[in-house]
Amino acid sequence: MGKSTDRRWFLKSVAAVGAAVPAAGLAADSPHHGHDGPAARAGAAGGKPQPQVYCWLTEPEQAFIEAAVARLIPADELGPGAKEAGVSYFIDQQLAGTYGTMARNYRQGPWPEGTPQQGYQSKLMPQEVYRAAIPEINAYCSARYGKAFDALPPVQQDEVLGDLETGKAPLESVRSGFFFGLLLNNTMEGFFADPVYGGNRDKIGWKMVGFPGVAAAYGEFIDKHNVPYLAEPVSIADVQQRLVGVDEHGHPLHLRLAQKD
Amino acid sequence: MTTKLKPVDVVVIGVGVTGTILAQELAAAGLRVVGIERGQMRDTYPDFQMPNAHDELRYQHRHELMQDLSRETLTFRNNRGETALPMRYLGSFKPGEGVGGAGVHWGTQNWRFSPWDFETRGRTIARYGKNHLAEDCTSQDWGVTYNELEPHFDRFERVYATCGKAGNLNGKIIAGGNPYEGPRSHEFPLPPMKTPYAAALFADAAKSLGYRPFPVPVSTPSQTYTNPYGVTLNACVYCGYCEGFACEMASKASPQTTVLPVLMANKNFELRTLANVVKINLDETKRRAVSVTYVDSRGREFEQPAELVLLTSYVFNNVRLMLHSGIGKPYDPLANTGVVGRNYAYQTPSSVTLFYEDKYFNSFMGAGGLGMAVDDFNGDNFDHGGLGFIGGGFIKSVSSGARPIEIRPVPSGTPRWGAAWKKATAHYFNRNFGIALQGACQSYRGNYLDLDPTYRDAYGLPLLRMTFDRHDNEHKMSQYITAKAAEIGKAANPSKMNVNPRAGHYTIVPYQSTHNTGGAVMGNDPATSAVNRYLQSWDVPNLFVIGASAFPQNGGYNPTNTVGALTYWALDAIRNRYLKNPGALA
Repeated sequence: MGKSTDRRWFLKSVAAVGAAVPAAGLAADSPHHGHDGPAARAGAAGGKPQPQVYCWLTEPEQAFIEAAVARLIPADELGPGAKEAGVSYFIDQQLAGTYGTMARNYRQGPWPEGTPQQGYQSKLMPQEVYRAAIPEINAYCSARYGKAFDALPPVQQDEVLGDLETGKAPLESVRSGFFFGLLLNNTMEGFFADPVYGGNRDKIGWKMVGFPGVAAAYGEFIDKHNVPYLAEPVSIADVQQRLVGVDEHGHPLHLRLAQKD
Repeated sequence: MTTKLKPVDVVVIGVGVTGTILAQELAAAGLRVVGIERGQMRDTYPDFQMPNAHDELRYQHRHELMQDLSRETLTFRNNRGETALPMRYLGSFKPGEGVGGAGVHWGTQNWRFSPWDFETRGRTIARYGKNHLAEDCTSQDWGVTYNELEPHFDRFERVYATCGKAGNLNGKIIAGGNPYEGPRSHEFPLPPMKTPYAAALFADAAKSLGYRPFPVPVSTPSQTYTNPYGVTLNACVYCGYCEGFACEMASKASPQTTVLPVLMANKNFELRTLANVVKINLDETKRRAVSVTYVDSRGREFEQPAELVLLTSYVFNNVRLMLHSGIGKPYDPLANTGVVGRNYAYQTPSSVTLFYEDKYFNSFMGAGGLGMAVDDFNGDNFDHGGLGFIGGGFIKSVSSGARPIEIRPVPSGTPRWGAAWKKATAHYFNRNFGIALQGACQSYRGNYLDLDPTYRDAYGLPLLRMTFDRHDNEHKMSQYITAKAAEIGKAANPSKMNVNPRAGHYTIVPYQSTHNTGGAVMGNDPATSAVNRYLQSWDVPNLFVIGASAFPQNGGYNPTNTVGALTYWALDAIRNRYLKNPGALA
């Protein structure tokens, strides 16, 4: 998807939550930005393009995840969805790293399934869960619809996801609800985490809900009741690359947006 | 092969909230103190700096400030009939790791337990009769009263830069404060923080029903503040990254911002990090601790002799080290004998969420405990006659800062994904607020801690095993007080409202609170307590076990202030009595 398309999505998204945004030059009004103009900010994470390559997922896994996250958070009249936000790239990076390999988690066996109250008890690490479950889901889709998940129309994709969620589509490697929960959780993480992790491209998730990202100092605003604080979201990269000014403690000086009636 | 080190006066195991205070005070008194910490050193600079301090994924969901479960966790089951399985991910609670412990990422609510909490059993029987307590309830009196602890609460609040409004000054009820609190000797060291919109709506609704709202006591300073150790904390800027995160600007009270700057400058104190204590060694009489054994980051084993051992790690490690070291009789739930592991308790949180179409809350702003509360349904502040339960909890609206991976409530019945989820999330993210209840939890014979027979840590030692479920008392209590919170919510006129009392089995998966208690409880009877009223081991008098492990059951408040008060209470006994005449304190 090209940048101009992203921009249209972005404008619709912001308008939907009640904000009006100048079409260009978001950074230009602020005295703190120095030499960095709107062109520098047009990049995905604010100046520095985000990686758009997969480092760990196989091709069928890429296709499945792109298709699945596009149904979990669809693009619609409110704005772009998880696919446009690069959530599949976020999941790729997470699975390849400490999260996917449970680097900070207890991994010793034995691994009886236990009760739901006892939580995650799979022998598999998250990266292994994805690797084992996706071919099984595609096999389920092929048996039922004659095609892999990513080739199905959205209505049937939603049916399959619903069947995974409720356990109607049983998997062998893990409980299907367990896989679905993991996928949904990782999708939400990728949609709302700082763009530094490869998702939330153009801060799509933050703009959708009206979240300003890296926080400013709000001491003068916290007790202004029922007055929306609307700001162009700021990412970690924006601050590190000095695309926004900061106060003495490093809090960004948010560019405030006018409220739409 | 173990290297034996030069003896010191005091060894402190775990350098968090309690460990830093005790080390500071005893080092200042001239004792040579070694603090041993399993995690790393970390400080405001360079570890907690902007902009990376505001990384929700890293801190709140990948738990960077918290315990590394790959080395050590615990196992869990709901009851003795099940096989306990390891907690492979953090969820229900989030213990810290590293210097400062959980005091780095805490949410800063700094409540005092009420006078009733310290005499739960005695006062319940006196008011309602013995039959009002469940047969298997092992809740008991603490052996220390609120009035005895009051000066120590006061001291901890001053050190930990606490904001609030007194509701009871030396017995006189003060308007605007909590009228149910125990008497305070002084006003709070700092005035309340500003009032966010949600808290103002909540307070108005509570008042309309005749309740008496007051500012939540909180250790995020409303003004620049210098504490009694001479350490200055900055005024909070309400950035909304508080609990789960470290403070980037040395505002939130933590060991780093209250005690460590003076402690680290004291030549009598030595900090050893990446050092994991695996055992407290006793002499042949088993009545005296002679040293502690720890393993460093290179796998080398050291024995550190000391005259006095202070066990100041989190609840779980306090209990686990006692069990591994053979200190105190392990609890046997069948015979109801033994003390170490007995009376493990937790909390019973619940919530009400209010949704609006025309009100905008800027939900991302806030501070860990910023808001208003009512205490009308806590402790024994209301008549429990005929209700079939004891205890309660505070009801509050706190704007702690909504980060969208974690906090994006939608009305009940909204799908978990898809276009309808998206629409509701986009609309309600800034148009909702929550009412939260900190329900108490009593102790029972069937809820306890012991060593797991199967699973081991990175050092080959058995993990701690938690056997826990909430009982009828907790569920009835949660139903009752959550319904009261829903009445307040209704009075605030939301368009939609979710009401979620706590029900069903306890689960270790979703976050509830890092308010685990008990397992090495205090008391006046060695048959039912592991430590005496001064938190001194009954069996090994030169060992003090300090923390929420000493709570005989849990109250309807956040526990930190009570942990802080117990720390200064124990310190007073150590410094003024024990050191002059080492031995069992009567």
